Amino acid sequence: MPRVKVARKSTAIDMTAMCDVAFLLLTFFILTAKPKIDDPSHAVVPPSTQMIPVADANMMTVSVGQHKFFYSVTEQDVRSEALKAMGLKYGVTFTPEETQRFSLTQVFGVPMKQLKSFLDTDPDQLKNFKQEGIQADTTNNNELFNWIYTSRQAEKALHDKDLQMSIKADSKEEYPEINTVISCLEKQKLFKFDLITSLKTAPKK
Amino acid sequence: MAELDTSGGGKHKGGKIRSKKSSTRVDLTAMVDLAFLLITFFMYTTTLQKPKAMNLAMPDNSVKTTQLAVAASRTMTIVLGGHNKIEWYMGEPGKTAPTVDNFGANNIRKAIIDNAKQVAATHSGDEAAMEVVIHPSDKSTYENLVAILDEMSITNIKIYAIVKILPMEVDDLKKNNNY
Repeated sequence: MPRVKVARKSTAIDMTAMCDVAFLLLTFFILTAKPKIDDPSHAVVPPSTQMIPVADANMMTVSVGQHKFFYSVTEQDVRSEALKAMGLKYGVTFTPEETQRFSLTQVFGVPMKQLKSFLDTDPDQLKNFKQEGIQADTTNNNELFNWIYTSRQAEKALHDKDLQMSIKADSKEEYPEINTVISCLEKQKLFKFDLITSLKTAPKK
Repeated sequence: MAELDTSGGGKHKGGKIRSKKSSTRVDLTAMVDLAFLLITFFMYTTTLQKPKAMNLAMPDNSVKTTQLAVAASRTMTIVLGGHNKIEWYMGEPGKTAPTVDNFGANNIRKAIIDNAKQVAATHSGDEAAMEVVIHPSDKSTYENLVAILDEMSITNIKIYAIVKILPMEVDDLKKNNNY
């Protein structure tokens, strides 16, 4: 019986198509990429059936997590302007480097007296910095109120626009904390705002 | 195929110019590797599912306007208690014992829809729409608040408001161990 000869085939495959697809996907991901913002509040937002996406620009967000308040504004120039105004209000002067640092900080949650040391911390060590949350209560003069107020004024002066307010809170956060934020907004006649939720499939009607 | 003819010209030997044929295949393995590595990186760092916004409008409490009298018979009050419990009642507080309920399609949503139907049946014209007053207690969570506001949009309740809880409702929640 003659031996069955297995034909030797080259193992090199044509990878052109694969390469094409890979780069197509890569281009897609690069173009749609929006880096995840590192949120120190670690808030897990509750689901809802709302479909309106959160705006990308002109937003200020108060995050509530672990009973602490965190604040963020999307615009960089508004951030540095708000910091200047807050420094004047609370008698803290910030160096240009600190202002620059602050304008690059997306979310922060430190009280005014701690802010300077927060901004002086090495960026590599910032993750380990224990953020105590912005001081807030239901009175007329608290730090969270002033942060919102000064950034709204800065936005008005710089862009002549109104900032849209949104609240992002952890699912398990109790109502008094939410009420604190809401009353801060109500005190400056902000009655329309967004609650940030994640998407849940809508029930069949 | 995506191979380019990159063969250069051969040496000039006497008469004809012969081009030297060399293989134009490029090894794409490394390139594909790199491409997939980058894809993986971008997939992990992007947030594909953007968070959604729920619009909420609070009543303007800065101007004291004359309040419109709302018939108690078409007002439903929802009290958000602790442990994900709800108490709701129709009409004025204290008149009717509140019903203890849970979140979900078969519980509170059903109650809202039933009450809205009842209001629609007993009232006419502009008054046929039920109004909902939400009283979140200090023990209720943000999740509860979002859930009940979501129910408002699901059940198509147009008029609703978040109002401070009444002390008697807190007492009632405590009595029912929902605080």
